[in-house]
Amino acid sequence: MEFDNVAGISDLQLNSATPYATASGDQLTVTTLRYYISNIKLKKADGTEWVQPESYYLVDEALPSSQKVSLPNIPIGDYTSITFTIGVDAARNVSGVQTGALAPSDMFWNWNTGYIYTKLEGRSAQSTSGAVIFHIGGFLEPNNTIRTVSPAMNNNIIQVREGRTPEVHLQADILKMFTGPNTIRFASLSNVMGGANAVLVADNQAAGMFTVDHVHGN
Amino acid sequence: MSHPFKSVLLWLLPALLVVELVGCKPDADVVAMEEVPGTKVPGNFPAPQYGAEKNPPTRAAFELGRSLFYEPRLSRTGEVSCGSCHQQFVAFANAGHQLSHGVEDRLGTRNAPALQNLRWQQNFFWDGGAKNIELMPLAPITNPVEMDETLDNVLRKLNVDTGYQRRFAQVFGGSGPIDSYQFLRALAQFTAALTSSNSRYDHYSRQEAGGTFTAAEVRGLRVMRQKCGSCHAGELFTDESFRNNGLDRSFALDSGRAHITDSRLDVGRFKVPSLRNVALTAPYMHDGRFNTLSEVLDHYDHGMVESLTLDPQLRRPGQQPGISLSAQERQDLLAFLHTLTDEQFLRNPQLAER
Repeated sequence: MEFDNVAGISDLQLNSATPYATASGDQLTVTTLRYYISNIKLKKADGTEWVQPESYYLVDEALPSSQKVSLPNIPIGDYTSITFTIGVDAARNVSGVQTGALAPSDMFWNWNTGYIYTKLEGRSAQSTSGAVIFHIGGFLEPNNTIRTVSPAMNNNIIQVREGRTPEVHLQADILKMFTGPNTIRFASLSNVMGGANAVLVADNQAAGMFTVDHVHGN
Repeated sequence: MSHPFKSVLLWLLPALLVVELVGCKPDADVVAMEEVPGTKVPGNFPAPQYGAEKNPPTRAAFELGRSLFYEPRLSRTGEVSCGSCHQQFVAFANAGHQLSHGVEDRLGTRNAPALQNLRWQQNFFWDGGAKNIELMPLAPITNPVEMDETLDNVLRKLNVDTGYQRRFAQVFGGSGPIDSYQFLRALAQFTAALTSSNSRYDHYSRQEAGGTFTAAEVRGLRVMRQKCGSCHAGELFTDESFRNNGLDRSFALDSGRAHITDSRLDVGRFKVPSLRNVALTAPYMHDGRFNTLSEVLDHYDHGMVESLTLDPQLRRPGQQPGISLSAQERQDLLAFLHTLTDEQFLRNPQLAER
């Protein structure tokens, strides 16, 4: 799986010279973008599912190698749907110290322990402070921001065969974090660290941040 | 179903082992290994949250955890260790400090709680923000007014110390650098070992030798169960809930549990602390505002104020909120509270800095 981070129709560049524009016309320059993808599942047309064990990845725009995720040992077959969680399941938020992608880092809140699922930081002329800080996380109701999505495959089929490694190219459109069910304007909301406002962004993420762009048969 | 012969063997095995042990005399140079503290669940305690099976205690890992607990290099300036603000002789609270001093004498915002029986806690801190004993130390380590250090820097410092390199390798095996998993698992070996279960009350509760109570202490226990026991419940003397006990009319400085839940219903609620070793853990409350137990009882009897989230159990129809205590009840309560002091825990050399 490849996660291609974009801002609308543009490929996302950190610290871009020209700001991107949100659906509402707010300007945005991104300095940091990281998000967790977890619990990846593939489903065949007959409904049988393959669930990846220990499925946790941290995608970092500043680290190209993190944007390509390889899933080993998938049983041969034709898979017609893909499902994953944006974030980290509740269980791993409280299971003690973890390793690998889940090792404690600045994607973890120490004072209110739990993972930051998506971290987007940058600047905007519309923000009163000039800064844009969106730390989306939380697993306790009513501020649970764990979202599981199954982006439309647009009739693409992932054909897993002996000696073949198909590639699924996904796009993650950061501008979709600020539009959808909830319109986010930086003039009134530019600093989010969990809580009710994080839920607004998570709902936007679930509504269409991730799309399947194309699938390579390889 | 298991094979009958196999199950007979399994039953026989311990018996054979016992015979072996009884039959042999230990060699002169074999000294019985002292058990790692806090490994067993005391007879009068419930099942722990963080049972020994979650991070099986070993001598080397426990001692490594102890070194880390008393290691000032965990702080940015190399001056503040966990043990600086959590002192064994006062049940790992901070003696005489309303608020504790972090690096460069920066003052904390809440009273340092006693560290005891952490294996049984569902969450940590006055607001319950830390939800696992292994990750709990990250907050004090990184808090600017406490140790003001980063996890990466802590690991860097440990990794250039040959003593720690050797000891971590001994506990975790492998030849890689010390990582956050190893560091936090080792530290949890010590924090989970801080079991206080041998106060005079415990001996009384378990009907052991040394468990005699005076008439006043027996009456005090009764008052405690009747008037304080719905919150300071059970053998751990806390139900681990968050409650507003009428300290203030508003909580602008510290919203307590609401800091974590973002809920207005949680404003002014703080974790109900255990009463174990309470005679030693002054000053009291989340901000350390009361210096003596007598002041605390004054507060409960006639010092409370109303606020929106005040615990309903503290409301008294037709009068200000509180818990009515007669002079006799106060005296008995104080007598009882002193039976919760656990000298064995406070003086256990295995838990001390060395």
